[in-house]
Amino acid sequence: MRIAILLGAMLLATQALAIDTGRAFDDPAQQERYERLIKDLRCLVCQNQSIADSNALLASDLRREVREMMIAGQSDDQIREFMTTRYGDFVLYRPPVSPRTWLLWSAPVLLLLGGLGIAAMVVMRRMRAAKADPASLDEEPDPK
Amino acid sequence: MRLPWRFLLPAIAFAGLVVFFIIGLQQDPGRIESPLIGKSAPAFALESLGNPAWKVGSTDFTGRPWLLNVWATWCGGCREEHETLMAIAAENRLPMMGLNWRDDRALALRWLTQLGNPYVSVAFDPEGGTAIDWGVYGAPETFLIGADGNVLHKHIGPLTPEAWQRDFVPLLPARGGEG
Repeated sequence: MRIAILLGAMLLATQALAIDTGRAFDDPAQQERYERLIKDLRCLVCQNQSIADSNALLASDLRREVREMMIAGQSDDQIREFMTTRYGDFVLYRPPVSPRTWLLWSAPVLLLLGGLGIAAMVVMRRMRAAKADPASLDEEPDPK
Repeated sequence: MRLPWRFLLPAIAFAGLVVFFIIGLQQDPGRIESPLIGKSAPAFALESLGNPAWKVGSTDFTGRPWLLNVWATWCGGCREEHETLMAIAAENRLPMMGLNWRDDRALALRWLTQLGNPYVSVAFDPEGGTAIDWGVYGAPETFLIGADGNVLHKHIGPLTPEAWQRDFVPLLPARGGEG
């Protein structure tokens, strides 16, 4: 029982997400847009964190930059472009589709099509075998 | 009994994956190619570290190659490379500018007095704004800018005499050429 309570309590614990003390914007819509932007930008000092999660100096500088660009009325694309001209596509957690990332982006579709192709081949072979000799499906083929 | 060739396919695919991972693991993820290479150097004009009334800027050495070294007193790698920077400065081949990044002015000046000053001038960037323009993400970083004002090379991490000879020297104009 005690263990159950402990495990239950663990479920209640959530990750501490806020690195910034205080909000960047009073307007909830702006704040939401700000949070979405900084979650999609990689902190290059600590590469598995976004600049929203990191308390590195550079991350806080980049958050400030994002905030200032938003106040200056820049669009999301302009802000992302600002980052990629300085830090490269690596700074984006969602890299843009380009010749270099074509394989990356198409991999899920390619793998799915490959899997479907193999499945179709297996099914068709079995159907053909079943038509020729319905009993053959009931047992393993005899390797003679 | 012979195995049909298609039973070998998973093994071949696995071997391919292993090769792929070995190549991937040998790359240093800390070194990210700079998108600035071949583009014109980002402009800046900052206070001089030594004298707030002076401006130090990206056009100070227009018309000749120069180095921009990003450093700070809190950066261990900067201490490590300092001797190499002093040696490069002593060669007197091209001017080196320092970009003092997110640092304390008094501490930075003391560092230069104690360890020697390889820089012709040092730009003071306590807010890190210019460092962002240059895509700096970890000091030390050293940029080589060509006579045409384009960034030719970026070195990430402490500069060593080997890296200097290998990556920088071949990009410099021949000694005694243009003077």
